[in-house]
Amino acid sequence: MTQRPPDPSAADPSVADSPTLLPPAISVEALTKRFDTPGGVVTAVDSVAFRVARGSVTGLLGGNGAGKTTTISMLLGVLVPTAGRVEILGVDMARHRHAVLARMNFSSPYVELPHRLTVQENLTVYGHLYGLTCVKKRVRDLADQLDLARFLNRPSGGLSAGQKTRVALAKALLNEPEVLLLDEPTASLDPDTADWIRRYLEAYRARTGATILLASHNMPEVERLCDDVLVMRRGRVVDQGAPSDLLARYGRATLEEVFLDIARAGTGPVGRDGLDGSTGGPHP
Amino acid sequence: MVLRYWYLLRGSWPRLLELAYWPTVQMILWGYINQFMATSSGWVAQGGGVLVSAVLLWDVLFRGQLGVSISFLEEMWSRNLGHLFVSPLRPGEWLLSLMAMSLLRTLLGVIPAALLALPFFGYSVFGLGLPLLLFFANLILMGWSLGLVIIALILRYGMGAEGLAWIVTFMLAPVSAVYYPVSVLPGWLQAVAWALPSAHVFEGLRAVVYDGAMRWDHLAWAVGLNALYMAAAVGVFLYGFHRARVRGALLQTGE
Repeated sequence: MTQRPPDPSAADPSVADSPTLLPPAISVEALTKRFDTPGGVVTAVDSVAFRVARGSVTGLLGGNGAGKTTTISMLLGVLVPTAGRVEILGVDMARHRHAVLARMNFSSPYVELPHRLTVQENLTVYGHLYGLTCVKKRVRDLADQLDLARFLNRPSGGLSAGQKTRVALAKALLNEPEVLLLDEPTASLDPDTADWIRRYLEAYRARTGATILLASHNMPEVERLCDDVLVMRRGRVVDQGAPSDLLARYGRATLEEVFLDIARAGTGPVGRDGLDGSTGGPHP
Repeated sequence: MVLRYWYLLRGSWPRLLELAYWPTVQMILWGYINQFMATSSGWVAQGGGVLVSAVLLWDVLFRGQLGVSISFLEEMWSRNLGHLFVSPLRPGEWLLSLMAMSLLRTLLGVIPAALLALPFFGYSVFGLGLPLLLFFANLILMGWSLGLVIIALILRYGMGAEGLAWIVTFMLAPVSAVYYPVSVLPGWLQAVAWALPSAHVFEGLRAVVYDGAMRWDHLAWAVGLNALYMAAAVGVFLYGFHRARVRGALLQTGE
């Protein structure tokens, strides 16, 4: 019988700073990425602009190929934009990304940690890379919080999907990031583990005031976690707003229905205003 | 990063064994060739252990290059570049860790073979003294330069270029004059040979073994060429790394 981790909602209340005087956690202007392919130039992200307020949880929605992962890669600095500008915590990522990388982190089930190293070894290595002073203690604390203590000496490659996700989350939280980018954090997890991860993230945000940008295909998850939602389609942001605003705007009961309306109709209300360059379309 | 590669190395005894395996086999093979040739060749007879010294130093060059390339390939095989470069790790810091691991792997591979030469053939390469250290430093530097260029090529062409890690250094063996003097080569190949630090090192080795003299001119050439090639290799690597960031290869490249 697997012992459940401690209840994450028991964490400390919010200590977030007042965000009003500070630049947004994430600021993106005219961000564009084109790839040269054998079939010609493909525009994966097309003049995207948005801001993510400090301490907020923002969902990045879109179908496969909408440009979510490409956008996140550019935010992280591992992909150079063709044009446009990204600022994280007020720092220009094109020129000074190393000044801010220690204050952010990333987790994705599709980018696994080295399989041959044990969980402890992987977390230790990344703890050092993020410049932690007490790596052992931090790893031990995270292992307790994320119920990883039993797996610390096991090779990362031998873990189940749920265990790997928790290890990836532990790696992403090693430096207690101010900006956390998550690519489908609960993909392929059972409902119990997925719920636990969501509660952990809620508690983490409340305790640290961190900003979270979350790419997800799980609409109930987005409705539950996110203060704001960006909807991408064909490389563009076609709509943005609080989940409740989107539901009201589209006259729908769930975010999943809104998502389907946008994906199938091709345009949303904002798109018809010209953000995606279209001139109209069926309103849901 | 050195810790990361050390964890990987210490966790697998076959990897540790493999480090010393080929240098030892090569040393034994060339040691017996050396012994046989000494009975029929005045040139080899005069330079006791010249072939053993040559093969051990050749392995420094090869292991130096392979050490850089393999540590890089470990990241490719485990698709770990994405995680590494969203961390504050700088490319230059990563390069230093690759070089540090290459040094460690080379020492772990070559020292056991060098020690075994004593009971097998009664020959100690350490008898070369200070010149051995200078030859070692120059060859491993050249290996690192080759390793960096190979990394840039793999970043550009993907895992299809992985095989370069095992063959590129051997392409230079004929013109490095490992087991014979540069003068044996045809004129146009001699020009190529003198453009390589390795040829100067092996000429220097033979000067120490046969004449008991250190050829400082060869050493100066080796150091100068290494400085030039290392600067070029770092430039090629950084350009290859930047292009990988432009193409999105850091997140995608792997098996």
